[in-house]
Amino acid sequence: MIENLTKKYGKSREALIPILQAIVEKESYLSEEAMNEVAKKLDISAAQVYGTASFYSFLDTEPRGKYVIRVCKSIIAEMKGKKEIIKTLENLLKIKVGQTTPDNLFSLLETNDIGWSDQEPSMLINEKPYTNLTPEKTISIINEYRK
Amino acid sequence: MSSQNLKKTDVIFGLCHTTDVEHMLPGGVCKTNEEKFVVLKEVIKKDPQEIINEIIDSGLKGRGGAGFPTGLKWKFASLSPEPEKYVICNADEGEPGTFKDRDILLKVPAKVFAGMTMCAYCIKAKNGYLYLRGEYKFMVPELRKVLDSFHETIKKLGYDFHIDILLGSGAYVCGEETALMESMEGHRGEARNKPPFPTVEGFRNKPTVINNVETFVNVTMIQKFGVEEFKKLGTQDSRGSKVFSVSGDTPKPGVYELELGMKLSDFVDEYGDGDTKAVQVGGASGFCVPRKKFNDTIIGFEGIPTGGSMMLFNSSRSMYNVLTNYLEFFAEESCGQCTPCRVGCQQLIRGVRAVKCGLRSPDYLDDLLKLTASMKLTAKCGLGQSVANSFSSIVSNFKEEMIY
Ligand SMILES: Cc1cc2nc3c(=O)[nH]c(=O)nc-3n(C[C@H](O)[C@H](O)[C@H](O)COP(=O)(O)O)c2cc1C
Ligand code: SF4
Repeated sequence: MIENLTKKYGKSREALIPILQAIVEKESYLSEEAMNEVAKKLDISAAQVYGTASFYSFLDTEPRGKYVIRVCKSIIAEMKGKKEIIKTLENLLKIKVGQTTPDNLFSLLETNDIGWSDQEPSMLINEKPYTNLTPEKTISIINEYRK
Repeated sequence: MSSQNLKKTDVIFGLCHTTDVEHMLPGGVCKTNEEKFVVLKEVIKKDPQEIINEIIDSGLKGRGGAGFPTGLKWKFASLSPEPEKYVICNADEGEPGTFKDRDILLKVPAKVFAGMTMCAYCIKAKNGYLYLRGEYKFMVPELRKVLDSFHETIKKLGYDFHIDILLGSGAYVCGEETALMESMEGHRGEARNKPPFPTVEGFRNKPTVINNVETFVNVTMIQKFGVEEFKKLGTQDSRGSKVFSVSGDTPKPGVYELELGMKLSDFVDEYGDGDTKAVQVGGASGFCVPRKKFNDTIIGFEGIPTGGSMMLFNSSRSMYNVLTNYLEFFAEESCGQCTPCRVGCQQLIRGVRAVKCGLRSPDYLDDLLKLTASMKLTAKCGLGQSVANSFSSIVSNFKEEMIY
């Protein structure tokens, strides 16, 4: 895969982040092996790859589930009932914020403002935004992903 | 209740027509691609210097928050003899409570690309980039479609300019222009020292103009309607209109375009819920205005300038919670490169918590205020420098809430 990505994005330093983003899109996170291979292909040190990846919250270096849920924790989200959404998700998935379900399907995270303060509470599942959440709506969204 | 004094406009979102602004030229809605870019067709026949002078004359200032005069920025970049230059559209939109660039890119992306092309024409750049925050990745397929037809049109016009989309990866500081360029070059998004400014050494160390999404749309509209029409909007110091992101305790959260220079009290009359206690103008890095100051506060460069985030809080809200939420945001998003910001943000959180639970006396808030004042002076970039804005405006206006 990384071979193909270097064909698409090139081997310059500027290709690093698009390549890492593409790996995360496919594999949900950046494994050590993946980072080492990227380092080799771009002819930079693994520390540089890791150092860059670790700066960005969407370039996860910890294993994540197939679907990464990121609930917005801005002050507006908080005012509009974010806590209830987190509680709903924790009960439904039987995990806490920061954890991944044992079947590796879902990871539950919190994140800073995702650009939907007019429609809080909101969350991203991978790249897809869901807004104006209620506990019921949240449950039905998750059930769709389980199918 | 609708305020008589609030002037709604439709410059940014109106397709080719305007609604409330009767004195602007009528036009009708554009249907085809050629129509969408018809302004562009005229513009790239003009003398670049003339366009730059028009933008300077219009008084347009950047809509991303800092408010630098757009025409001057373009002029600086145009003066460089360097053959390789770049145009970047800053769509990182990470400021809490901001979402107007989202709507602009969803509804009128062609106007953004047209504005970027005008800039490229003025400074002689061949490549442009839309730096889109990772949170907006869902927009990419639609934006690519618009870009495809845009590139086609450009080719038909016989002009050579190409725009690429680059995605962010969830880092607020990457909205800072030099951190953004570091990120585009494949590095950690750590702000650079300024000077040199991007117009001298920007992306790949080449002269670069970086503007906010809304700024580029304004340029397109100035070229469409003419400078004089644009100048009829707003005030002497704050020309034009502004797209506001309205959120919080309001019956109508959303995106609204209003003339600059309005009184905050008029804004609250229109968008408040009747019990507005405070408005945070400009997001976490902006200023908190309490009710008693609504009447004397002007929204614009002569008063409080803003990237457009307007968060309303009613009397049921704890301003202590608001402040700690902002501080946690800054602490998480600080790139950690410089000590005043990295350590300062942590100290501020610990400090306000200690005061709140009685571990420290209320006087300690004065020490924290001094700390933010020194962060303003010594932090390397706008992130660390602006923590003082919300901190001092919340702490000084809502001191009781910080203590009890
Ligand atoms: C921490 C930080 C975050 C910023 N985020 C953004 C942003 O998301 N969008 C934006 O246009 N400008 C942002 N800015 C301002 C940019 O550095 C820059 O001034 C702006 O893009 C210039 O465009 P303008 O003149 O059209 O406003 C940010 C600044 C700082 C310090
Ligand atoms: S002020 Fe904060 S965000 Fe800016 S360079 Fe310093 S540590 Fe980084």
